[in-house]
Amino acid sequence: MNKPIRVLIAKPGLDGHDRGAIVIAHALRDAGMEVIYTGIRQTPEQIANAAIQEDVRVVGLSCLSGAHNRLFPKVVELLRAEGAPDILVFGGGIIPEEDIPSLKKAGIAEIFGPGTMTADIIAFIRAHTS
Amino acid sequence: MGLGSAVLNRDARSASRLLSLIEDGDPRATAELKELYSHTGKSYLIGITGPPGSGKSTLADQLIAHYRSQGLRIGMLAIDPSSPFSGGAVLGDRIRMQRHATDSDVFIRSMANRNWPGGLSQAAGEAVRVLEAYGCDPVIVETVGVGQSEIEVARLAYTTILVCTPATGDKIQALKAGVIEIADIIVMNKADLPDAEHASKSIEMIIGMKPPSSWRVPVVSSVARDGKGIDKVIDAIEAHRRVMESTGTLTRKKLETAKSQLREIIWRKLCETARARLPGDSELEQYAEQLMRGSGDPYSLAEEVVRKLG
Repeated sequence: MNKPIRVLIAKPGLDGHDRGAIVIAHALRDAGMEVIYTGIRQTPEQIANAAIQEDVRVVGLSCLSGAHNRLFPKVVELLRAEGAPDILVFGGGIIPEEDIPSLKKAGIAEIFGPGTMTADIIAFIRAHTS
Repeated sequence: MGLGSAVLNRDARSASRLLSLIEDGDPRATAELKELYSHTGKSYLIGITGPPGSGKSTLADQLIAHYRSQGLRIGMLAIDPSSPFSGGAVLGDRIRMQRHATDSDVFIRSMANRNWPGGLSQAAGEAVRVLEAYGCDPVIVETVGVGQSEIEVARLAYTTILVCTPATGDKIQALKAGVIEIADIIVMNKADLPDAEHASKSIEMIIGMKPPSSWRVPVVSSVARDGKGIDKVIDAIEAHRRVMESTGTLTRKKLETAKSQLREIIWRKLCETARARLPGDSELEQYAEQLMRGSGDPYSLAEEVVRKLG
């Protein structure tokens, strides 16, 4: 039996628009993954600690408030400091194209903007966790 | 691997990794559990069960806050159901407890039941041992949202709390057998909803019909979201624990748990051995073709196969 992939979906920062995060959580659930959704208004510290305790393979970050440039790399930094550099981190929300290269340089594996097919996210996760 | 020693040294990542190995049925977990075992069995185990949406996680969050204010280190195992269709799950209990996420003295682990029946997951018992070895006392286990007959939590926990709401039904519902029978404490949560008092009284009436014993199940009202009634829930847990200890019930319960765990592990090993000796697919197909030709029956064939295995 294939072990289900454990994924943390989190919303760092202060925006309360969680429909996107919930859509992703739902799709990943239906793709056979175990999704821990930690809700809105999370600090990077809350997200990183939860990721460690839950031993997830993947963290998906959603941010619509524009705080992604500071918050997304901070999550990656904290995971590395906790000895978990192998956790795959991806992001989504409202992320301007010009911010994507620096986010990737900071360790965010991919950014999935509005209009992404959930099937693409699922395929991405599967490809990077096999 | 050294995960066992790392857990005893309170390394969170190691505890977390070991929990995953146990969940995945990885044989490497056994060596680590052997190392940890003598450090377990000393923490107090509290079970929280009840129908979906009754407020179990919110109550757990409040209990954690209380126990932290007393300087205790808490382990929390929160179980949610897996989809019978996709095998996936959304583990949505931790979301109610995230204010504790940066507290190094609170270890929260979400688990999917992976379609294990009874309200817990197959790995729950061993997961609790890891949290104990990690230094957590008490350890709180929250079941999936249960129906009327999922009672496994009562076999694991020393105090089982049933969380219900005023909408759970009337005195006839309370009369029905099942999960209400395993409750040591009943919490009438969302007591700010209409008919809460009437619902509590209906349950109290039915509970009152039990023959007298050393413990009378209290019905405690709460609004967990607002922190109301939590002190009464804590008092009830402490009172139940005192009765469990003074009557020797706690010791008997731990003995029963050790017995059933041993039985389960022996059974698992016997199944592994038996499974390894099952005839392979092509051999089975030959037997099946024999049957299709009208020769013999599967019962006699099976007896012969088992006899040959010796």
